[in-house]
Amino acid sequence: MTLSRSTQLILRVIASLYIFALLVVPLGAILWRALAPGVGEFFASISTPAAQSALSLSLLVVAIVVPLNVIFGVPTAIVLARRKFRGKNALQAAIDLPFAVSPVVIGVALIVLWGSAGLFGFVENSWGFKIIFGFPGIVLASLFVTIPFVIREVEPVLHEVGTDQEEAAATLGANWWQTFWRITLPSIRWGLTYGVVLTVARTLGEFGAVLMVSSNLPGQSQTLTLLVHDRYTLGNPYGAYTVSVVLMAVALIVLVAQILFDAQRSRVKTDD
Amino acid sequence: MSISTNPEASRPELSPGDPPAVRRLPRRANGANLQVGVAVLWLSLIVLLPLAAILWTSAEGGFGAFWSAVSSPSALASFRVTLTISVGVTLVNVVFGLLIAWVLVRDDFPLKRVVDAIIDLPFALPTIVASLVLLSLYGPGSPVGIHIQHTAWGVALALAFVTLPFVVRAVQPVLLELDREVEEAAASLGANSATIFLKVILPALAPSLLSGAGLAFSRAIGEFGSIVLIGGAIPGETEVSSQWIRTLIENDDRVGAAAISIVLLLISFVVLFVLRYFGARAAKREESAR
Amino acid sequence: MRNVLTTTKRWSALTALALSTTLVAACGGGASDVAGEGNSADADTTLTLVAYAVPEPGWSKVAPVFAGTEEGKGVGVTASYGASGDQSRGVESGKPADVVNFSVEPDITRLVKAGLVDEDWNAGAQKGLPFGSVVTFAVREGNPKNIRDWDDLLKPGVEVITPSPLSSGAAKWNLLAPYAAKSNGGQDHAAGIAYVQELVTQHVKLRPGSGREATDVFRQGTGDVLLAYENEALHYDLEHVNPPQTFKIENPVAVVNTSKHLDKATAFVNFQYTPEAQKVWAEEGFRPSDPAVAEEFADKFPAPEKLWSITDLGGWSKVDPQLFDKDNGEITKIYKQATG
Repeated sequence: MTLSRSTQLILRVIASLYIFALLVVPLGAILWRALAPGVGEFFASISTPAAQSALSLSLLVVAIVVPLNVIFGVPTAIVLARRKFRGKNALQAAIDLPFAVSPVVIGVALIVLWGSAGLFGFVENSWGFKIIFGFPGIVLASLFVTIPFVIREVEPVLHEVGTDQEEAAATLGANWWQTFWRITLPSIRWGLTYGVVLTVARTLGEFGAVLMVSSNLPGQSQTLTLLVHDRYTLGNPYGAYTVSVVLMAVALIVLVAQILFDAQRSRVKTDD
Repeated sequence: MSISTNPEASRPELSPGDPPAVRRLPRRANGANLQVGVAVLWLSLIVLLPLAAILWTSAEGGFGAFWSAVSSPSALASFRVTLTISVGVTLVNVVFGLLIAWVLVRDDFPLKRVVDAIIDLPFALPTIVASLVLLSLYGPGSPVGIHIQHTAWGVALALAFVTLPFVVRAVQPVLLELDREVEEAAASLGANSATIFLKVILPALAPSLLSGAGLAFSRAIGEFGSIVLIGGAIPGETEVSSQWIRTLIENDDRVGAAAISIVLLLISFVVLFVLRYFGARAAKREESAR
Repeated sequence: MRNVLTTTKRWSALTALALSTTLVAACGGGASDVAGEGNSADADTTLTLVAYAVPEPGWSKVAPVFAGTEEGKGVGVTASYGASGDQSRGVESGKPADVVNFSVEPDITRLVKAGLVDEDWNAGAQKGLPFGSVVTFAVREGNPKNIRDWDDLLKPGVEVITPSPLSSGAAKWNLLAPYAAKSNGGQDHAAGIAYVQELVTQHVKLRPGSGREATDVFRQGTGDVLLAYENEALHYDLEHVNPPQTFKIENPVAVVNTSKHLDKATAFVNFQYTPEAQKVWAEEGFRPSDPAVAEEFADKFPAPEKLWSITDLGGWSKVDPQLFDKDNGEITKIYKQATG
């Protein structure tokens, strides 16, 4: 269906305006507000002790969440892509659940499970292991929201790649670890990388659930997003803008990674 | 690091002459069960157990407590606000999402690649940053003189921001794969653009539109971070259910918070299920029509 | 083979990058969020203060003064501010704290019952209340609606901003003040309740979670009058009017007995009663409990015609359950019905 020149133009303009007003301009406004007072001020604002603590806490959470998601997510993806088993559909649906759950509900779920008055409250009360208001709570909240990413990025790649190479390796006598490490893993490296990138971005950006399970003490239990919120509500909007720009940079890296990943996938497709 | 040159020597249980596929199976079967078990355990611990805990807690006070929490004036007001704004935003993003997907697939202009990449920004941006971003432009001190903080429009704007990519990304691949022959056939039979769009293209896109709408709606009703600064939580006007849930849990009303959470989850699942069902039906109709 | 090598190399490179970033980031850090300030490497002990929403101006000034004293050397303070009730419940559920400072005494009593605060926390001369305030009306510039007294709040079209008593301590003070005034110190209970009923149902539309959130809402342009602590109005330079009859706000401070730094925490709390600290509190707009210091700052803190206090109403142990119990409190019920 070919549209008239004018209709095409109108559509183009409407689309551009929508995106412009909704995405481009607001982002530009934040960048401007954060950088206008000067680069020196910008760096001073993102290097306060509280900001440094927030950065190291966020990175620490990432350092735990990513390996866990890789260790458990890759086998799960393999099992989903290569095996038939009873309850496979249910497992698939369960993996997509985090997309449909509000971050506040995630916070409530963790509190009613692990809180001192919760169903597993004995963990805190009898064993002294604090989950809510402690570091593990933040990790659990981040795990909840990032579980789908590695799995969902690796599984389709496994489908596409197929089992030919692995079968060949098996006939040549490779054991499962050799096959996994030298055949499977390299074949999914792009999907896995992108899944990790998404996991990192999502972990750094999680707010609602972490707000509810963290004790939110500056210098101790504030992540970058909690710091942004705190700074704004405590009357330091400039400080909030500067940390936001840092987080926006992370988002930009994700977008770049996505472009690269898509390019790689189409290249792989045309190679075959 | 070297691969044995005599495969049979290391695998005595296999007899030569068996086809490769059969030779592989016996070793792997136990491994697969373990893998499935581990996957299920992982999902359960992180996702299913907490959700089950909410279900359990919501039932702790019996049906009476559940009902009174869910039908309190604040809860009902929050549902009303949440659902009306979310439905409105979803509809708007269906229209604009389709439009944008169309322009991205069927049109070509400089900077198209950039626009295509930007669409995913709301996926990658932390929600609290999104709230700040919109507030800096459309809140107090707005350089363009638009001040919609503490209004339903502000909430709608934030929800539109975070749900923009869903419909676009759902429709784009389908639009890309669409068989132009049918459109060309219809055109050659004398149909005008509008008819072609309504009778040929839209039905083909319906499943993906519905799917994208479902995801967008599901995200909108649970959204918290992006509206927390711009909304103002005015009861009956801008307070959405996620904010009410948070107030309840801060006031130590765990049963109430769990009850409202269950309602939100139910709405999410039902909408996703219904839209998926209609999408599948539409897809089947499309296939049989061909 | 080539694939494996580059993959391993790439992943080790990425891991190295990630590790080094984390290490670098872990080097810095502290509680202070002031740009330009170095690391708080001097703090050997950090006390965690969990407080109600508004005393930040005071604590942020008093903590460095304490650190300058002999007893307070090397002591840093990390603070968390929020609605008094929510914060108290948080500490009860395990939120880490060494010192607590809430808006109303029942929020401390909750912790006493939970065994987190010693029963004799208020046995001292000042009864555990180093500072306080009064309930005031913060109005728009020029006081266009001419709001001077409690009856003016009930004039048609007047929107009153006050937080929710379910989470906020400020809310309780804000509603106790008119209750005491209208009921003549609790003697005419019905009259007091009737006023609160009309105020809440007709003139209160929003439900801010804490005193600070209420101030924010008011400052952003909503409402005609904000019921607030006098110290809030002073801190934000809001034009305010003390009604002729108002309520004596007294904010308790206590040590959490599970603190890992019990001696430092106790020293910090005791420090609040010294003239040095009392002056700081007064300078930041809080009415000091030390009579000598209060005398010194008499101009800043005008005495209202009639100052009701919680003792007049029979004490918190009587008033809190009767008026503010979560399910059966009379005022809570009015509030829940009006705003949900």
